[in-house]
Amino acid sequence: MSTDNIVLRVESLVVETVDKSPKPILKGVSFEIQAGETLCLVGESGSGKSVSSLTTVGLLPSGSLRAVSGRVELDGENLLQATPKRLNELRGSRMAMIFQEPMTALNPVLSVGKQLDEVLACHTKTSTAQRRTQVLDALEQVHLPDIQRMYSSFPHQLSGGQRQRIMIAMALLLKPRLLIADEPTTALDVTTQHQILKLIRELQQKHGTAVLFITHDMGVVVDIADRVCVMKTGKIVEQGPVRQVLSTPKEAYTQCLLTAVPSLTPRPPRPARGPRQVLDVTGLEKEFVPSQGLLSWFRRAQAGTKAVNSVSFQLQEGRTLGIVGESGSGKSTLARCVMRLISPTGGIVRINGQDISVLNSRSLKPHRGCIQMVFQDPYRSLNPRLTIGQSLIEGPMNYGKPRNTAMLKAKELLELVGLPPDAIDRFPHQFSGGQRQRIAIARALAMEPDVIVADEAVSALDVSVQAQVLALFDDIQQRFGVAVLFITHDLRVAAQICDDVLVMQRGQVVEYGPAQQVLGNPQAAYTRQLIDVAPGRSWDFAAFAPAS
Amino acid sequence: MLGYFIRRLLAAIPVMLVLALSVFLLLRLSPGDPAVIIAGDMASPEQVASIRTALGLDQPIYTQFFIWMGNMLQGDFGTSLISQTSVMTMITQRLEPTVSLALAAIVFTVLISVPLGVIAAWRQGSWVDNLVMSVSVVGFSVPVFVIGYIVIQVFAIKLGWLPVQGYRSLDNGFGEFASRLVLPALTLSSVYIALIARMTRASMLEVLKEDYIRTARAKGLGERLVLFRHALRNAGVPILTVIGTGFALMVSGVVVTESVFNIPGLGRLIIDAVLARDYPVIQAIILLTAGLYVFINLLIDLSYAITDPRIRY
Repeated sequence: MSTDNIVLRVESLVVETVDKSPKPILKGVSFEIQAGETLCLVGESGSGKSVSSLTTVGLLPSGSLRAVSGRVELDGENLLQATPKRLNELRGSRMAMIFQEPMTALNPVLSVGKQLDEVLACHTKTSTAQRRTQVLDALEQVHLPDIQRMYSSFPHQLSGGQRQRIMIAMALLLKPRLLIADEPTTALDVTTQHQILKLIRELQQKHGTAVLFITHDMGVVVDIADRVCVMKTGKIVEQGPVRQVLSTPKEAYTQCLLTAVPSLTPRPPRPARGPRQVLDVTGLEKEFVPSQGLLSWFRRAQAGTKAVNSVSFQLQEGRTLGIVGESGSGKSTLARCVMRLISPTGGIVRINGQDISVLNSRSLKPHRGCIQMVFQDPYRSLNPRLTIGQSLIEGPMNYGKPRNTAMLKAKELLELVGLPPDAIDRFPHQFSGGQRQRIAIARALAMEPDVIVADEAVSALDVSVQAQVLALFDDIQQRFGVAVLFITHDLRVAAQICDDVLVMQRGQVVEYGPAQQVLGNPQAAYTRQLIDVAPGRSWDFAAFAPAS
Repeated sequence: MLGYFIRRLLAAIPVMLVLALSVFLLLRLSPGDPAVIIAGDMASPEQVASIRTALGLDQPIYTQFFIWMGNMLQGDFGTSLISQTSVMTMITQRLEPTVSLALAAIVFTVLISVPLGVIAAWRQGSWVDNLVMSVSVVGFSVPVFVIGYIVIQVFAIKLGWLPVQGYRSLDNGFGEFASRLVLPALTLSSVYIALIARMTRASMLEVLKEDYIRTARAKGLGERLVLFRHALRNAGVPILTVIGTGFALMVSGVVVTESVFNIPGLGRLIIDAVLARDYPVIQAIILLTAGLYVFINLLIDLSYAITDPRIRY
């Protein structure tokens, strides 16, 4: 590797927490990136990926973390010794950053044009008219439609993909030498993700930018990286060219990460446990009508949005039905209607033969226990003030179970989901994300349900934890014969856990059938498109080789 | 936005009607007879009865209400039972000092409390933050009249910088007008400075954790731009709400402040009217302040849309 072209060099970087007994977060991290090259930092949450990038741009949260030793050189200039003023000059002009969540990374009260303009106003001395031309040009480069309108739009008027394009346009306005992209596509749908990755590649080639790309998604690594650094607990455990790391991983940890990536090839269906149909949904509809408020008499009635439109499916005991689709396709609304957390505006939801779609809250109560939910974010779905035991027994006690019996059952369930018995007296914040999701599953099981609705239940988890939780779902299905309605945007996850798959687009069913058929031989163009753009499709992670 | 404004104005009509009725009934049904108060302790029952007839107090209560409402809609708020002058004239005479005092207090409040709150949030945990928070506890806990007497003692008596009390209208020159307004406005605003500085700090602390603040810093913007352009505008909605409600609550503060500084404003008028059971004056002032409150609330709601483009009416 030639050394004269190196844009970023990080050498023996050590970052610690700022408190009485400092804990190391980065333990001597070293890597470098050349102009025009993409380096992927991969690793699970807490491995130090984001801390590495924030240290580089000098945006470590000042009260809690600090760099204690090492060097971070941008074109030979040590950034750790740069003054705040110098760092401000470099940020935006020589190094730029795009973040994970395009929904929150843009200021909601300033127009897009203004937010781009201030980068130029801050770093250059060009006139207002020139700046406007430059901004419009940047918006055009990221292939946004109707750029004049975009210029005066506010972030809430744009889609997630458009916002991320704007973030990219903003980052590349002054043609920085280094672009840091911190999980820039994690919050996006596969189709949008594919487009954004293509765009970053295209602009990088055009401007010769060095890209530090942070991701936990091995699929994305396959699609974008030139070289890879694998991080674990604040250290780089392996680095090298992408092909080499993916095909001949030296470290056991890297091998684990790779083999944990679920395969896109659907698993064979499990033998049916019995013919009992536990959930039967027919012609389900949910229309959201805008609130008219107190002054509804003075206004014309407005047309509503059909979030779920004529959806029908059946679920037998012991089976898993995957509902897949992009954000806004109506998956979560469907789940909430089935749970009767919201009332459907049409159709029938039968649980064990009983239609619950029209029941009032009193007559619904006996049926609530039959259908339980596991939510996406394990950090927010458990009450932080209740111990795990209290959370687990609350439901059964509400249905008349004596406290002692409920507690015994809770202990059994915790053991079943692989948690230590003393977990019962602890609080949610004392557990990791994966453990909390296990607790959430135990809580659902405590009600002895016939159906569990899992709404993106593994999306917030790291790939190795994800594999464990998926295995747990499989295990509880084998034991209890509970049926699972598994909502996910991730086709890899769907392929590994589902017997049947239902693909949704704009509230409607596009394709529905056995997983092997829908994912293995898709008939609908939309399903095919979803599979085509799934990241890392060209690589077979389990075989450490390109996909055949 | 104009449509929303008009709809809100129309919706204020029933609110004001209900309020007018409640004020009317509350005062009529409370014990005590104004005719007796006017006639004095030595009056005979005949004298009281004739006063009652003259004032229309012998009419059925609903007739009294309709007559009162009819007159009010024509801009006639009646005549004071005590001074026999038009209520409208009494109010307009006293309006200027009160409005000047309230506006000056609001200007002081915003100019002092918002920057204090921003700085306290920016330097959370520092001595500046601790100082702002401690001073705000004082602002909350010390009653307005005590603060009034303290500032008079310090700035008027000891230092002699400003007059002790009284009011001069703007016609006597800005210097005379302003010098007599500074201390009462400062006194009146003390509790609001404390409240809004705390609110601004809390709201800013929330916003400073947001992703777009990190984006602004990643763009290389200076701290001043990050704080005032990016953070404060987002923190604005809750701050505006408190300023709006604070303005409405100011009425009670005005009563005390005007008494302490001997300002001939509406606050003094209302105290005198309540003590004398001067119904027409009390009703007119309550309706006036309620109308003002409804109007300010409307302005605050509209200002949300200006601060935050996501709010559209």
